[in-house]
Amino acid sequence: MALQKTSAVVTQSAPDTILLSGGWTAHTVNHVEKQFKALNLSSLKQCVVDGSGLELLDTVGAWVLQRQFQHLQRKGVHIVFQHWSPRFQRLMSAVGKQIDINVLYPEKRSLLEKVGLGGEAVWQEAFALFSFVGEAALVLVKSIRYPKRWRWRPIFHNIQKSGFDALPLVGLTSFLLGIVVAYQGADQLKLYSANIFVVDLIGFSMLREFAPLITAILIAGRSGSAYAAQLGTMVVTDEIEALQTIGVEPMEVLVWPKILALAIALPLLTVFADIAGVGGGMIMARLQLDIGWHEFLDRFGKIIGLTAFLIGIGKAIVFAFVIAIIGCFQGFRTRGNADSVGRQTTRSVVQSIFIMIVADAIFSVAFSMLGL
Amino acid sequence: MSDNVIEMIKVGTRFGSHVVHENLDLTVKRGEILAIVGGSGSGKSTLLRELILLHRPDAGMINIFGQDIHALSEDEATELKLRWGVMFQHGGLFGTLTVNENIGLPLREHTNLSERLIDEIAAWKLSLSGLEPSAGLQYPSELSGGMIKRAALARALALDPELLFLDEPTAGLDPAGSSGIDELVKTLHDLYQPTIVMITHDLDLLWQVTDRVAVLGEKKVLALGSMEELSTHDHPIVRQYFDGPRGRAAQDQAQRRVEKQVQQQAQQHQNEETKGQPWKQK
Repeated sequence: MALQKTSAVVTQSAPDTILLSGGWTAHTVNHVEKQFKALNLSSLKQCVVDGSGLELLDTVGAWVLQRQFQHLQRKGVHIVFQHWSPRFQRLMSAVGKQIDINVLYPEKRSLLEKVGLGGEAVWQEAFALFSFVGEAALVLVKSIRYPKRWRWRPIFHNIQKSGFDALPLVGLTSFLLGIVVAYQGADQLKLYSANIFVVDLIGFSMLREFAPLITAILIAGRSGSAYAAQLGTMVVTDEIEALQTIGVEPMEVLVWPKILALAIALPLLTVFADIAGVGGGMIMARLQLDIGWHEFLDRFGKIIGLTAFLIGIGKAIVFAFVIAIIGCFQGFRTRGNADSVGRQTTRSVVQSIFIMIVADAIFSVAFSMLGL
Repeated sequence: MSDNVIEMIKVGTRFGSHVVHENLDLTVKRGEILAIVGGSGSGKSTLLRELILLHRPDAGMINIFGQDIHALSEDEATELKLRWGVMFQHGGLFGTLTVNENIGLPLREHTNLSERLIDEIAAWKLSLSGLEPSAGLQYPSELSGGMIKRAALARALALDPELLFLDEPTAGLDPAGSSGIDELVKTLHDLYQPTIVMITHDLDLLWQVTDRVAVLGEKKVLALGSMEELSTHDHPIVRQYFDGPRGRAAQDQAQRRVEKQVQQQAQQHQNEETKGQPWKQK
């Protein structure tokens, strides 16, 4: 190893001779350009390159040397090799043949071009998403005619995986959210001695907004990503194409069971989240605002109508479709390698949460216009 | 420096109760091309992983360049790693980098050469490995299997390693691609005589390229020698590589090739003599 560290030295041993010595390797040659510049060679007709002092030469060293010799040759200096070991000479000639190699660089794109390409990609993806939804709908219409072929097992399996197994997570999260909302409201309400209105605060916010949204976000992270990863891996390992060649419609066996399962599981999970969230709020109301269980539930029953509950559940059904469709869509868009599976999984989560929040905003505006 | 680049002394490996190697000895000489063969489960890949410091054997000692690789400090281990290059079976190319960036990575990490020089060297190594310059701008996921192997080899060569490990260099390639790799390994060895250790099942590669072959089996090196020497070995595991239609075909082909080379050389000799020994003029 010590040998590799001996530095590369070039000296002008005679007016027309340069002597190379030391190790000329990738680790040592970074300063030789300066050394060559310091030498006075360009006026020579012939330059003898003495290789007797060379201890090591690797391809990088040979490359740097050949590059220097090329400069000299262009200035009309004839290069003569002297005392080179056959090994180094072989390397030099192999490198010399390739010294004029053309280095390709990726095309630089202007900002406008990048924006254009980005826009194009977004448009393509949106178009592909609509095509996917359309294709899925066609497959559903076709399979409705053959109820015998419905895949009940995967539906129930998915309900268990995406719904039942998520109960603890969803329950705890909503419960804590209920506590947070009640806690934040409590201080303000106390100021106006409007303690009892904490019921309205918790009831409406939980049932209409928080429970459906937080449940959907959790499930997007938990199940939407799993769908994308599962389908993505199946694409990479050619399983999807294998299904197609066997004559089984991937949409029918892989996509619809997931959509239907989630359309059942997510509203049910939302009901559970409603209960847990309101429960959390109730506990805080009792501890912070001295509102007893009876008082709380009494007001809850009078004020919070069925509408608030149904709006939440309705949203949950829409969110379920968004999560399942985006998850499956992104999974199917996987191309190539394992790396792509990870990317599509991430996209599925980000995209489905984004679309859900946009949808939620549209719902809010629409409901307020309808006076609900 | 001793003539042995690698010395494995009484190496033992086991996974739980499953013993993979027991008292395994193997030496690799400087400048030779050694192939490691053996059935699946014979511990070829484990052996390779042990040599490149990815797996620590349970017993025994491994010396590379005369140093016990498990007694090295972190800095010494890094220095050692600069002296070898590894080509993984599936390439091990970094998916987020283009092929050129992949090849240039060891140079960027371990030397302070200029960017321009690194790009040039990377382009040259790429062409050395037989790929088109345009392949350098592509990402590994856009390459075919054969191209990935070549690009992986180009990256392994980035720092001109004295020791080169190739894991199944021809697995999964079509015959043309495989013989391309044969040629590539030979060209490379002619260029600067690195020591090459490879795992392979490719009979043609074994016959055409290797100096010696180590056959793994029964937890140790069953047989070690050139293919000609091994062809007279009578252990059933070794016989697999020579008997059967594929083994015989590869052997025949290798022999024909040798005969052809001898003929060509004789021809060349004659030509040169008739030309009045022009090589002496220099």
